[in-house]
Amino acid sequence: MNSLILKTATPFLVGLTVLFSIYVLLRGHNVPGGGFIGGLIGASAFATYTINEGVAATRRAMVFHPVSIAGVGLFIAGLSGVASLLFGDAFMTGQWWFPSFAPDLKYLSTVVLFDIGVYLVVVGAIVAIIIGLEEST
Amino acid sequence: MLLAGVLAPFVLAVFAPTVKRVAGPATGWLLALLPAALTVYFAQFIGTVSSGGTITFSTPWVSDLSIHLSFYVDGLSLLFALLISGIGTFIVLYAATYLAKHADLGRFLMFILMFMGSMLGLVLADNVVTLFVFWELTSITSFLLIGFNHASPRSRRAALQALVVTGGGGLALLAGLLLMAQAGGSMELSTLLQSGDLLRDHPHYLAILILVLMGAFTKSAQAPFHFWLPNAMEAPTPVSAYLHSATMVKAGVYLLARVNPGLGGTEIWQTVLVAFGAVTFLIGAVLAIRNTDLKLMLAQTTVASLGLLVFLIGLGEEVALEAAMAYLFAHSLFKGALFMAAGSVDHGTGTREITRLSGLGKAMPITFAAAALAAVSMSGLPPFIGFIAKEWVYKATMGDFWPLAITGVAILGNALMFAVALLVGFKPFLGRQSETPKHPHEGGPGLWLGPVTLAALGLLAGLFNGLSGGLLVGPAVWAVAGEQVSVDLYLWGGFKTPLFLSLATIALGIVLLWRSRAISSTLAATFDRMWGPDRGYDQFLDLLIGTARTVTARLQTGTLRHYLLVTMLIVAAVLLLPVAQMGDLDITFRIPATDFYIFGIAALALAGGFSIAVFRSRLIAILSMGVLGVAVALVFLLFSAPDLAFTQLMVETLSVVILALVIARLPIYRSDWRGWPRAVRDSIIAGAVGVGFTLLLLSITSRTLDLALSEYFAARSYTEAYGRNIVNVILVDFRALDTFGEIAVVVIAGVAVLSLLAMGGRSLAGAGRAPDSAPDSAPDSAVTGKETS
Repeated sequence: MNSLILKTATPFLVGLTVLFSIYVLLRGHNVPGGGFIGGLIGASAFATYTINEGVAATRRAMVFHPVSIAGVGLFIAGLSGVASLLFGDAFMTGQWWFPSFAPDLKYLSTVVLFDIGVYLVVVGAIVAIIIGLEEST
Repeated sequence: MLLAGVLAPFVLAVFAPTVKRVAGPATGWLLALLPAALTVYFAQFIGTVSSGGTITFSTPWVSDLSIHLSFYVDGLSLLFALLISGIGTFIVLYAATYLAKHADLGRFLMFILMFMGSMLGLVLADNVVTLFVFWELTSITSFLLIGFNHASPRSRRAALQALVVTGGGGLALLAGLLLMAQAGGSMELSTLLQSGDLLRDHPHYLAILILVLMGAFTKSAQAPFHFWLPNAMEAPTPVSAYLHSATMVKAGVYLLARVNPGLGGTEIWQTVLVAFGAVTFLIGAVLAIRNTDLKLMLAQTTVASLGLLVFLIGLGEEVALEAAMAYLFAHSLFKGALFMAAGSVDHGTGTREITRLSGLGKAMPITFAAAALAAVSMSGLPPFIGFIAKEWVYKATMGDFWPLAITGVAILGNALMFAVALLVGFKPFLGRQSETPKHPHEGGPGLWLGPVTLAALGLLAGLFNGLSGGLLVGPAVWAVAGEQVSVDLYLWGGFKTPLFLSLATIALGIVLLWRSRAISSTLAATFDRMWGPDRGYDQFLDLLIGTARTVTARLQTGTLRHYLLVTMLIVAAVLLLPVAQMGDLDITFRIPATDFYIFGIAALALAGGFSIAVFRSRLIAILSMGVLGVAVALVFLLFSAPDLAFTQLMVETLSVVILALVIARLPIYRSDWRGWPRAVRDSIIAGAVGVGFTLLLLSITSRTLDLALSEYFAARSYTEAYGRNIVNVILVDFRALDTFGEIAVVVIAGVAVLSLLAMGGRSLAGAGRAPDSAPDSAPDSAVTGKETS
């Protein structure tokens, strides 16, 4: 792609989009957002990056292989469900932690961990597909 | 304790290969200790059971479905358990000697022990599901054992055939058992079978009966399913001696005997069992005399004996059940002994062909003694238990159920069995010594201990008929009959009809024996080329596989376009058929009073849809689809579904990116022109789907929505899950398991796309790619890499 504007803007755009995607992920419990949407936004950031900077640059930027990221995400999501077993609840019952210094936080929980897993799966899987398509030329 | 008894063989099975490596030649003796101990363990129940008591054990398994690991010892299960563990002891010994030089002996013993555990579980099970589980385990272990010589194609075929036939019957049995449990209101056989009238008068009685009989008949090789048993003789002889004479094939007979108090006694039960049993009895006996391979002859007589047992259970009178149990006991002893003796002959001489064997008595005196004793018991001569059993068979046939016909069948069958028994037991050992591949020699004690003991037991059981009748056969009859009847076995019944029938049988048997060679060759000439169920099985499998192949070729064309066409056709049918079926649609169509810009969004969506249909360039089509999707996202946004809108927008964006990459990077047609006929067809299908969805949505919005779920989640989202975004709370908390499944699919899809691309890369390497990178080229110029690649 030979758009000078896009090429120049890409590094800023991508950084911001990734940041935004994490913001969307974390706010999801109370306002529109969540792991799935956040993941899609994150994936679109990497898609932009791949189109403008090439596959090798994306691979460097992601550090880990995208499929591994997706796999780790799935693992985290599964693990967050196991936690409840330790407390005697059924598999995937949400567990909450209300720290004494912030009793009204209502945020630290296995549910959020699960959402992070979803985010990683979506980012990893979609980026893997995009990179695969780019490379197959 | 009972549970431990059933599970012990499985535990030992795991260690069998290790024991073999460590213990070497002592393996058999060591491993045989367990079945020997089990025999003693079960023997201690004889006292309780023969005085009318039972022993039960139950531990919860799946309590919600009232499935328990429950076991139950009465006369019938005890007789079976003793035969399984007792004969099993000698089989383990025998196998360790017989296969001493085989590299996989450890594995073989493992399978044998697993089978032993399965069989014990089967006959002791009280819960119907427990029974079924062990029933299938015997099918699976039998498959492993028949296919033990897995390098031989014949062996593999026989193993698969046995699994298909008995496994298929097992499925029918499961349905039958569950229906029966439902009809009788209990999962426990011991309770279920006490309410026999409830079962017999139940509207599902016929279905239960047919399904249970399918299970029993396939397992016990009743005609027309008898073909798998002779084929199973591909297995090493210890397997034939254990599974295919004394134990597994009797599981079907066991089942019939077990359910007799519940399902038996009706006219259809009698007719079906007597008819199938009698036919099987004759087929088996005739095929036995036709064969010349020792093992095959024995296998066919086993088929015959199983037929006789089914026949006797079908007759159902007290004396018939006594005959069945006595014969079952006698048969296990003499058939196990004969099989092992035949194996020893094979082991010692290198052949099982009866025409090539004679005069081995000098070289193999112990085997001869065992074979002779067992054969005399089988032929039904006094004072063996086999004689008593046959006398009782004749007593049973003289009831009021077609007496003449079935007595005739019994005489003919028994005479054939008499001839075959003497052929197998004496022909190889008498006369002038023949030339054999190996120099005939007696094997070690492992080889002769089993046959000698079993054959001797057949004699002792006949002599001490008071003990065998009172302690083993009698209690078994009580269990089958469902009540305590007095059983009194004896050798000398006076000059009455059974004795004369026995004499007639012996006379006819001697004639058959004298002409056996001629009969065998006549039968071979007549029947060998005829169509039989064995060939039918092949034809059935060929038909099944052929059909599957044809259907698969039709459905799985490998063309994405075709798959989409079929999918959309089905979607259209699902949407429109209910409408057509129900006739009038309750639709009130109204244009909601909304802001004017909604019409702008609608126009955007229409423009997108229109240009998808009109433009031939695929890239433009994809972009237009994005436009359409964004319009839909806007609708979501305006009608207060921000989450959906958000997601839709991102999905549309990424779809366009990915599809554009596919178009730009992969060698496919850049243009999509399908010619008028196909264009018309595709538009009709697309139109149908569109109309269907429109009607569906209109009919949904025309009625009041059931908001119960929405209210439920709205009420609990914050109080129980501390989240105000209901959609997200449902996704990650209320329905987290669903989401977990979905993200697993996402990962799998990602991996699948990568591997497809990797494969495509390989096959495309030589094909080159589309030279033209311009997005919109003429229809025919970009065909280099066709869609097939």
